[in-house]
Amino acid sequence: MQPLEMSAVDLVAALRQGDITAVESATVFLDRIEATNGSINAFLAVDREGALARAADIDARRKAGKPVGPLAGLPVALKDVLCTSDMPTTCASKMLEGFRPPYDADVVARLRRADAVFLGKTNMDEFAMGGSNENSAFGPVRNPWDLSRTPGGSSGGSAACVAGDMAPVAIGSDTGGSIRQPAGLCGITGLKPTYGRVSRRGLIAFASSLDQIGPMARSAADCALIMETIAGHDPGDSTSLAVDVPRYTDLLDRPLAGVRIGRVPEHFAAGLDPEVAKGVEEAFAVLMAAGATVHDVQLPHAKYGIPTYYLVAPCEASSNLARYDGAHYGHRCKDLGQRTAGHTGGFESPLVEMYCRSRAEGFGPEVKRRIMLGTYALSAGYYEAYYAKALRVRRLIRQDYLDAFQTVDLIGGPVSATPAFKLGEKTDDPLAMYLVDLYTVGTNLAGVGGISFPCGFTKSGLPIGFQLQAPPLAEPLLLQAADRFQRLTDWHRRRPQAVGVAKT
Amino acid sequence: MSTTAPYTTIIGLEVHVQLMTRTKLFCGCSTKFGGAPNTQVCPTCLGLPGSLPVMNRRAFDLALRAALALECTIAPFTKWDRKNYFYPDLPKGYQISQFDLPFSSDGFLEVVDPKGAFEPCRVGIVRVHLEEDAGKSMHDEAAGTGDTRIDLNRAGTPLCEIVTQPDLRSPQDARAWLNELKLLLVYLGVSDCNMQEGSLRVDANVNLHIPQPDGRIAKTPIVEIKNMNSFRSVERALTYEAARQWEDWQATKAEMGKTPKQTRGWDDPAGITRAQRHKEESSDYRYFPEPDLVPVTVSQQQIASIRGEMGEPPVSLRKTLAAKWNIPAYDADVLVNQGRELVDYFEDLATRVGEGKVASNWMQQDVLRILNETNGTVSDFTVRPEGLADLIGRIKKGDFDTSRAREIFAEMVTSGRPVDNVVAGMGIAAVSDDDVISLCRELLAANPKIVADVKSGKEQAAAGLIGQAKKKNANVNPGKVRAVCIDLIRGME
Repeated sequence: MQPLEMSAVDLVAALRQGDITAVESATVFLDRIEATNGSINAFLAVDREGALARAADIDARRKAGKPVGPLAGLPVALKDVLCTSDMPTTCASKMLEGFRPPYDADVVARLRRADAVFLGKTNMDEFAMGGSNENSAFGPVRNPWDLSRTPGGSSGGSAACVAGDMAPVAIGSDTGGSIRQPAGLCGITGLKPTYGRVSRRGLIAFASSLDQIGPMARSAADCALIMETIAGHDPGDSTSLAVDVPRYTDLLDRPLAGVRIGRVPEHFAAGLDPEVAKGVEEAFAVLMAAGATVHDVQLPHAKYGIPTYYLVAPCEASSNLARYDGAHYGHRCKDLGQRTAGHTGGFESPLVEMYCRSRAEGFGPEVKRRIMLGTYALSAGYYEAYYAKALRVRRLIRQDYLDAFQTVDLIGGPVSATPAFKLGEKTDDPLAMYLVDLYTVGTNLAGVGGISFPCGFTKSGLPIGFQLQAPPLAEPLLLQAADRFQRLTDWHRRRPQAVGVAKT
Repeated sequence: MSTTAPYTTIIGLEVHVQLMTRTKLFCGCSTKFGGAPNTQVCPTCLGLPGSLPVMNRRAFDLALRAALALECTIAPFTKWDRKNYFYPDLPKGYQISQFDLPFSSDGFLEVVDPKGAFEPCRVGIVRVHLEEDAGKSMHDEAAGTGDTRIDLNRAGTPLCEIVTQPDLRSPQDARAWLNELKLLLVYLGVSDCNMQEGSLRVDANVNLHIPQPDGRIAKTPIVEIKNMNSFRSVERALTYEAARQWEDWQATKAEMGKTPKQTRGWDDPAGITRAQRHKEESSDYRYFPEPDLVPVTVSQQQIASIRGEMGEPPVSLRKTLAAKWNIPAYDADVLVNQGRELVDYFEDLATRVGEGKVASNWMQQDVLRILNETNGTVSDFTVRPEGLADLIGRIKKGDFDTSRAREIFAEMVTSGRPVDNVVAGMGIAAVSDDDVISLCRELLAANPKIVADVKSGKEQAAAGLIGQAKKKNANVNPGKVRAVCIDLIRGME
């Protein structure tokens, strides 16, 4: 089998056994990126030189019998929201164009120690705000299954590069569905871990209480492999959990007999595409055939998920993004200081002018919209009615989940209401765009984990995603159920024809 | 306030003190003062993308210590909040502070004057909370470009904010109270309270309560005064501001609530307060809970352990010293107000001398005088308690009198040499009893008039012999000469 078609688990094994070198493996993927990125735009930066040097070093160490990490030679793509000391980190924003952090995110450092090889940084919605990747300042990503359609977002580049065989594994981040929704729309597997399971240090914050980093790959088994490296306590992130990391890969192959899966009837209400509904129902049938039982459960406050999310997330974002003010790093408006003294162009001071113009030029429209939403909702006189109330509803939503998990072990359902939509279809309607997060925001508000994986295709050949959500720290069960499903189906093995799988 | 003033001055203070931690509140950078700009920084205190704060437990414990010493109630659960505003020395665009659930509240600190110059003054503490400091902006006018330089070394330094009730009634009280607060915080090891280095900063809120003919109390608008860089400035600024408000009241009759709270800056050289722009105080800080930090819980055991390491606060130490060494309250006050090191010096000295009052007198009249004159500190003082105790012991033995001892002491201070060495160097030798007696016989033989006077009961006439004795031998103890002469004269009968 060629590296492009291998799972990450198989590729790591082939590298370990010497069937392929790290340089060969990196070269195959770098060439594939070179050939296809022009049509997909999944990568914002490709580090061919760095990746090959790193791969050569790993090969040399392995040859010399020196120790190598558990992922030695595995090519990995990083969402451009993760700080990397050797590659630019832009969050797909003009604000951070060319910005190079002086440090690695904790996740990046862990992957480096494990001897993964970084291919480059993937495209995304600007500052992870969006569900279609159309908010990138550097152009949208195209879905490898249909280049006229969105890959989803905000981790659209990470999803598309895995679906398009440009990387076996990518790292994404999920604030309201940003791993699971693009994974669903691109026919790959994406895990959003429990809040605190993976360190957020070096993840450029969108909404701190919701953001979580996770793996995106072709299978649950590959996600399990990556989780063993990226999960774990980080004393540098106060919200990271001091809980031991299980050997996820050892916990996969277990029967599903007796596992109770919840089904939320409201998920199947009007608005859900019939083909998606069919695919999801068939997935439940597969899981039942594997021994799981399916039960109706209620999440009574789920209907408030979107309004709650679109208060909590913008409020935090309005503060998190205040640092991009032109003063210390990032974009600063150009012609400051050319004005004559005393003339401040309608601004109350040259400083305020620099702030306003730098931010106006550096941020895209969706980022500005959310900063304004959050600023408004936190303002004196509105805080109680909006932010404080949203926090109270958030607690109710979390309680709904914890109550439901008293009677079921997992909750299953659709990832998104429709398959991948056309680029440009929703760009003029922000509210319609916000609804793409309908099935995914609850997981983040509750702080629990969720996984998305393909469960079928539409007649026109677009992937349909299935989502499972689990109680806090039940990632082993999420991965086990998804892996069991993937042992019984081959949806995750289907490759898109649009860009073709290069035979090397 | 003079007793004839037609109003009462109402003062509340907001004090910020930097805590004496080695590292910053949310990262591992050094808090040392005076480093080259932007050399004590990291991604967290620079507010770089993706950086996260981690609380410094030591800072929290020091703040707890301060709050406990201020008799505050400690919250069992406290959280962090973000205070959002844009300023170049605030690189994150928000300050991590505490808003609605500070870690402590509702305490007090009393200041008492041992001489009764003012009434004991108990000032309520509204709250004590912890927050991070901002960096420093240096407006570089000399360069002619109007550029502002930013130094972020200070950004993230732990600050304790202490907010008082409006319980102070005069600028003098405010100054005395601040002195007591500073003394307490220095005793506790919470802060060095060095105002020059900015580790203690004071803002004051002041207005006037003016009784009206109809019995109503008119209240002038509250003014917040900033930019006071010494306790003396605080006193002067408040004095100025109270007078200014009185004049303003007479002219405008403007009362509180009808105009927004005003901020005025103290211009020390000019000796006046000036109105600052209104913009800053109308800011909406959009406080909300800091999602990057977890709430902090404080257990009774933690509180007990902090109390255990606190040491005795000045207010009780004054009483302890007065009782233990049998010294006046005034003495104890003077000693304690000089700080813990001086108290330790005194207690060491008093133990060696065996008499508290004698030791205290030497402290007040000699040690403190020299420290004041030389602007020195007791830790650098060349004469250690054992040396001074030695000197005092020799006085008691009668080797020399107090004025001679002062000369010796001065030489010990400048030379750093012990008593014996100084005595020898100054040519001072103890005069033996036999030598004194033979000297006295010589004098009596030469002064029959004085002998006759003494015999007739005028003992003070013996004083005439002392000057002569000193001329013959500078080292003789005048008291001894006098006593021996009188004994000898009496023995002649």
